[in-house]
Amino acid sequence: MADPVLKMSPLKPITQLGGDLPRKDSFPGLTITERTDTALASLSARQGKPAEFHAAARAFFGFDLPAPARSATGGAYTAIWTGPEQWFIEAPFATHEDIAPILKRGFGDSASITEQTDGWGGFDLEGEGALSVFELLSNLDLGKLPSGGASRTVIEHLGCILVCRAAGKSYTVYGGRSSAASLHHALMTAAKSAL
Amino acid sequence: MIINHPLLGPRDSQEFVYLGDANLIDRPDWAAEGAVDTFHDYLYQRTNPAGLHQELWFHEQGDRSWLVVTRNTLTHEITKVELARDVARARGRSK
Repeated sequence: MADPVLKMSPLKPITQLGGDLPRKDSFPGLTITERTDTALASLSARQGKPAEFHAAARAFFGFDLPAPARSATGGAYTAIWTGPEQWFIEAPFATHEDIAPILKRGFGDSASITEQTDGWGGFDLEGEGALSVFELLSNLDLGKLPSGGASRTVIEHLGCILVCRAAGKSYTVYGGRSSAASLHHALMTAAKSAL
Repeated sequence: MIINHPLLGPRDSQEFVYLGDANLIDRPDWAAEGAVDTFHDYLYQRTNPAGLHQELWFHEQGDRSWLVVTRNTLTHEITKVELARDVARARGRSK
């Protein structure tokens, strides 16, 4: 028998590229995978409460928020520096779908938090081919970005966030969800050309 | 042209957007006596130096911070880059 809830609401989640399942493309030395299992929120320190904010961050995450151009990981959370006094927080979507209120409970009035999950579409690039693909796409000196490095950059006129999970072989790039297909096209075109 | 970002290190100037003279930081008090005249000067009277010039740049394709860049308009040499927030606070502009 059909599930009555499903029958009542025939809504179906789709990925940023519009598919049912994350898209995966393979090249010699590189796989590009749509990232669909991540909840995102931005975390900004409010003015005049730096001690309270950083104490809350340490208590909540169990690690210090990363310095400029760096990311830090511990437990379910990864924090990515995106600007002065501002970080993006990643967590597994399955357990942290409501990431903004979860963070708000940990920070109270010391931080401003905005959910970003569906504002961004991410792609994971795994393999040694990633460096030569990004060399075509971005003016960031990726060879110098260490494991845990992170930076905003421009790819095909799109503002993106690039995170280095493991230097030389594992990267994540986030772009605006509404232009995810353009970002994916740029990644595919560069991969075909470079690999 | 390379801008040596105080937090992120050397970055290509194409990541940045130029706003103008850093004197924009010194916005007059709108409620003061003679505010119309001071705002006229603030908006329209700019020096156009041949030499060192302080200007506001926005790191639009980066960390989105505002910078005060000291640039020589004759040689394009950049001698100093500061966060605009620090400059503004030093001038007593921001809380």
